[in-house]
Amino acid sequence: MSARLTVSVQEADFDFKHEHTLLVSGDKGVGAVVAFIGMVRDLNLAEDVVALELEHYPGMTEKSLLRIAEQAAQRWSLQAARIVHRVGKMYPGDQIVMVLTASAHRGDAYEANQFMMDYLKTEAPFWKKEWTPEGPRWIEARDSDDHAASKWTQ
Amino acid sequence: MNLQLLYFAQLREKFGIAQETIQAPATVQTVADLIAHLASRGGIWQETFSGEQAFRVALNQDMVALTTTLKDGAEVAIFRPVTGG
Repeated sequence: MSARLTVSVQEADFDFKHEHTLLVSGDKGVGAVVAFIGMVRDLNLAEDVVALELEHYPGMTEKSLLRIAEQAAQRWSLQAARIVHRVGKMYPGDQIVMVLTASAHRGDAYEANQFMMDYLKTEAPFWKKEWTPEGPRWIEARDSDDHAASKWTQ
Repeated sequence: MNLQLLYFAQLREKFGIAQETIQAPATVQTVADLIAHLASRGGIWQETFSGEQAFRVALNQDMVALTTTLKDGAEVAIFRPVTGG
C-alpha cells in the first residue's frame, strides 16, 4: 500500500485533534503517530517580537512540501503523512507548522517526521519577517538548518 | 529568450518589484548568465548579485544550480535562503 500524503498551505489556524482523526481514520494498520507542532516564539534574536509574517511562493510551496513527504515515504515505511504550514501574520504563542507521520512501528514515524521538518526548513519556499517595536526585519537562514538537513544524506 | 522573473521577500523589497518579463539577450543561456545579466543593471542589482549575500534560484518551481540551462518561456524565481518552519 502506498502512503497517503497530503499538504496544506493556509492562513487559518489548524486543529491537531481534527487532523489526527483524519490521518488515521479507517486505517487499522497505524500503530504509531508522531506529531511535530512549531510555535511562534516571543524571542528570536533577543529582541521583543510583536508578530511574525510569513511570505511564500504559491504553487512551488505546495509542490515542494509534497515532494518532501514523498521522499520520506520512499525512505521509511509510512501509512500516512501530512504537512500543514500557515502563512500570513501570526503572533507569539500561535501554531505555525504541523507535521504528522503515521506508521506501523514508531521508529519510522519518528525518523520520517524529523527528516520532513529538517528538509522543510531548507527546501520549502517560505520567508519569515519579524515585527519588533523597532519595525519589520527579515529573518536570515541559519547554517544550523543546513547542517540538520545534510545529516540525512550522510 | 523570454523569461518571467519573480522576486520574493527581501529581494522583492530591495528591487521594488515582485515580477517582470524580460527578453534576455542571446548571451544568456544558464542561470548564472541570467544573474550576470541582472547584475549588469548596476546599483542595487549589482550589489545584490555580486556581494556575499547568498541567494537561491527556482526554475519552473524547482530549486536549481547556477549551471542549469534556461528555456524560453521559463519562470525563474530568485530569493534569499528560505526560513520557514
